Order: sequence, then structure tokens, then C-alpha cells
Amino acid sequence: MATHAISIRNLSKAFGDNVVLRDISMDIEPGQVVCVIGPSGSGKSTLLRCVNLLEQPTSGRIWVGTDEMTDPDVDIDKVRRRIGMVFQSFNLFPHLKVLDNLTIAQTKVLGRSMDEAKKVARHNLERVGMADREAAFPSQLSGGQQQRIAIARSLSMDPELMLFDEPTSALDPELVGEVLAVMKGLAAEGMTMMIVTHEMGFAREVADRVVFMDGGYVVEDGHPSQVIGDPQNARTKSFLHRVLNPMVIEPEDMHPDGLRDAISDLAP
Amino acid sequence: MTTTTAEPARTGMSRRQRARLTRGAQYAVGLLVILFLALKTDWKSFSDSFLRLDIAASMWPRLLTEAIRNTLVYTLLAFAFGLALGLLLAMMKLSSIGPYRWFANGYIELFRGLPSLVVLFMVAYGIPNAFPGFKFPGDFFGMVTVGLGLTAAAYMAETIRAGIQAVPKGQMEAARSLGMSPGRTMFSIVIPQAFRIVIPPLTNELILLVKDSSLVYVLGVSVAQYELTKFGSTFLNTKASPTPLIVVALAYLAITLPLSSLVRALEKRFAQAR
Repeated sequence: MATHAISIRNLSKAFGDNVVLRDISMDIEPGQVVCVIGPSGSGKSTLLRCVNLLEQPTSGRIWVGTDEMTDPDVDIDKVRRRIGMVFQSFNLFPHLKVLDNLTIAQTKVLGRSMDEAKKVARHNLERVGMADREAAFPSQLSGGQQQRIAIARSLSMDPELMLFDEPTSALDPELVGEVLAVMKGLAAEGMTMMIVTHEMGFAREVADRVVFMDGGYVVEDGHPSQVIGDPQNARTKSFLHRVLNPMVIEPEDMHPDGLRDAISDLAP
Repeated sequence: MTTTTAEPARTGMSRRQRARLTRGAQYAVGLLVILFLALKTDWKSFSDSFLRLDIAASMWPRLLTEAIRNTLVYTLLAFAFGLALGLLLAMMKLSSIGPYRWFANGYIELFRGLPSLVVLFMVAYGIPNAFPGFKFPGDFFGMVTVGLGLTAAAYMAETIRAGIQAVPKGQMEAARSLGMSPGRTMFSIVIPQAFRIVIPPLTNELILLVKDSSLVYVLGVSVAQYELTKFGSTFLNTKASPTPLIVVALAYLAITLPLSSLVRALEKRFAQAR
């Protein structure tokens, strides 16, 4: 098989009786920026977390480059060094200053000298526009700043590809832009990126490819102008309609009894 | 506020005024109780037996150079041993490997349930009896360390386990995603954060140990090895006065109060790094 950046074959994942991913297969090419969209509970985050084995697949196989993640004998720590991961809740190490957040894995995992690690860290803080905050603790920074530092922390490991799990969902609306701008810059530099997101504008503008998931299936997969601009599947259409017009409530979205209960709860 | 026990008027008073009146009444009652006790106390008879300065003076300087010093040494030895063993037990209890978990559970339940005195006694006399010729490294200090530390470890293991579990799962995921091994993640990321969380309950363990160190007498101690309680009770017997007890009580406070404020300072320092 030709070397894809990520290759997923017949991936299924169930939590007990709850089947979250159903027989997913896809390839992501080096340099591609793929946005995964879909309603909550559609399995998009689980798919992303299976790629670096934060979730253990129930069945199926996953390759990152030439390494098979699902091989029981894979050196998982070694492969993960090449995969950057950015979380919804940032997950910076709160007991370490910003610079130490960026150097700890470089020195302990890659074996870089402290001087070299600091150099790499400062270069990456520069890239995300946070060079002046290296001595701060994470708790002293805004969510947007924390997320940019989390991205810089991943970049400091010189990853071949980056996974983003709803990187802007926990941010105040006015802070979303600064994080998306950093991600856009990365995409322009040719980084391979797999992004779970609700930011349709970003997906439309930056992604090479959009994957719409629902109920554990990949429902549509194609260029953003196709999937977002001209969706074919009814579920994609209804999801995009709701996401793009949040003020519009369709009558069938509301269960009549539920609505009545909600109203009577409000009345004293 | 001059009104003391008057029933607050139902009308014309806001909730805040009523609350203030009630609190004023509570202060007044408290003051009255203290005043009553102070007036009723027979200060002369009390101080003649409990506050004899000449007896207190005779305990100096051995109080500091021997008793307080030994109490501190025994406490710190046992705390260090208990902390190391407690950390190990906490990680065993969180292990995915059954036998480790069972061992940790069994250990914690056993040593939490046994009186420290019995553990200390078994360490001092049971072990040498069962393994003839065995000598603790450090001899007496070794026995104190292990005898008090075994019990302390059981308590600390549970405290540390709770601290480790209080560190958000995302921390572990972030560290593993950077390629850190499970062990590296534990020692560089999870445990440093867990310790910041458990500083207050661990201080409790330390203060309990300060007082538990008084059990060391069952090991059969020489005069130079007396810690505070044994030191005080010897004076109690020879001087036929309870004053040494008061002196010893104050000495314990002189140890624990600075400890508490030290920990408060430590917590404050860590406040932003959480």
C-alpha cells in the first residue's frame, strides 16, 4: 500500500453496547487538511482519538505513515512523538510554566539538551504569537492563549501530522479567531491536519476535504464546496442548516410534549 | 452593641439588623461564660500544681536538646518512610494488575485497622523473634522508622491515591500524546500535581505522627532517646507535680503550629501553579 499520512481500514469502536464507529475506512494524504464535522455523538472525536490510540479500537486497523497503530507490539510512545494532538480543554500542565510545558517532552522523550529544547520552544512560541509569555503559568492566561501554547507544545516535537479535537469549542467567542489564525498558518505551511470542528467557516476556507459523520458512519466526504456548499445527503443538509442558522428551530426538532413540559416548568 | 439578650423586635427591623443583633447576643453570652469561668477558677491552687515555673525551668535545656529534638527526628524518619511506601501503595492500588491492587488493598485495610502501638510492638519484638539474628539497619532508629512508618503509609496511601485521581484525565492524555511513557507521565506530570492537591491532608498525617511518636517508649528507650511525652512523664513522677505535662503540651504546640503555617505558605506558593 502506498504510504498515506493516515490510513484507516474497517475501524469500529463500541463502548459496551454503544457502537460509536461503524466500519470506517479512509486515507489522509500528506499535507492534506481534513475537517471532520457532524452532530455531537456522531463519533468524530472518537475517530480522531483512535488515530493516536487514546481510544483502543474494537476492530479494524490504523496506520500512521508506515507504522501500524493497531499492532499490539507497536512502540506506541515512539509513534506518538510524530503525532501532535490538541485537545478541546488545552490540557497544558498547570504546575509548569509555559516554557517548561514546551520543553519537558523534548528533553525527556526526544532527549534534546535543555538549551536546544528552549531554542525550539521559543521558536514555536514565536510562531503562535506567545513569545512574551514564556514565564507565565497556564492559569494566568486566557483560553485562546492557552490553546495557542498547546499547539506550540505539540509543534515543539516536530510532528509529521497534527490532530485537533474541537480546538475552539471551549473558547469564548472572541478568542476563537486567534486560534483559528494559528491553525490556518500551519495549514499554509503544509502541515497534515485532521481537525474535528464546528467552525464551518474555517472548514470551508482552509480544509482540502470535509468529512461529515453521523451515527458512527461517514456520510459524506469531499471538497468543502461539495460537502458544505452542496450537500447531497439529507442528514448533512439538516445538520448544516441547523449549524448555519442556529436561530431557526424546526417544528420536528421539538417533541411537542417536551416543549410543553419545558414551558410548564418555567411557569410557577 | 449594648443589647444582650433582648428578643429582637419583629417589626421595624431589617433582616440585616436582626442578624447583627443576634450575633451581638452570641458574643455577649460567650464573654459572660469566659468571665464566669475566670472568676470561679481557684487560680492559686491551679498554678501551685500545674504552673510551677521552677519545675518547668528544671526541664530546660534537655526539653529542647533531647525531647523536642527526638520527637522531631522520630516523626521525620517515620514520615519519610511512610510517604515513600504510601506512594508505592497508592500506585499499586491504581494499577491495572490485579495482584498489585489486592496487595495494596489488603495492606491498607490491615494497617489502618491496627493500633499503632501493636504495630510498633510487633516490629520491635515480633520481627526479631521470627527472624533470629535479624537486626534493623540503623538499629533503634530503623525500628522507629519502620514501626511508625508502616501505619502512616496506610493512611498516606489513601490520601495520595485520592490526589492522583483528582488530577484530570486530560493531563495523562496530553503527556501520553507527547510520547511520554506511562511511568514518565506518572512521575513528571501526575504526581507533582497530585502532591499539590494533597498537601493539606498530608499535613494532617504529619501532625498525627508528631503525636504518635510518643508511642516509641514501647521499644524500651534509654534516657537520651526520650521524646516529649516520655520525657514529661518521667518528670511527672520525680517532681510529683503535673506541671511537666503543661510544659510538654506547649512543646507539642510549638512544633505543630509552625508546621501549619509553613504548609499554608507552601500552599500559597503553589496556588498559581495549579
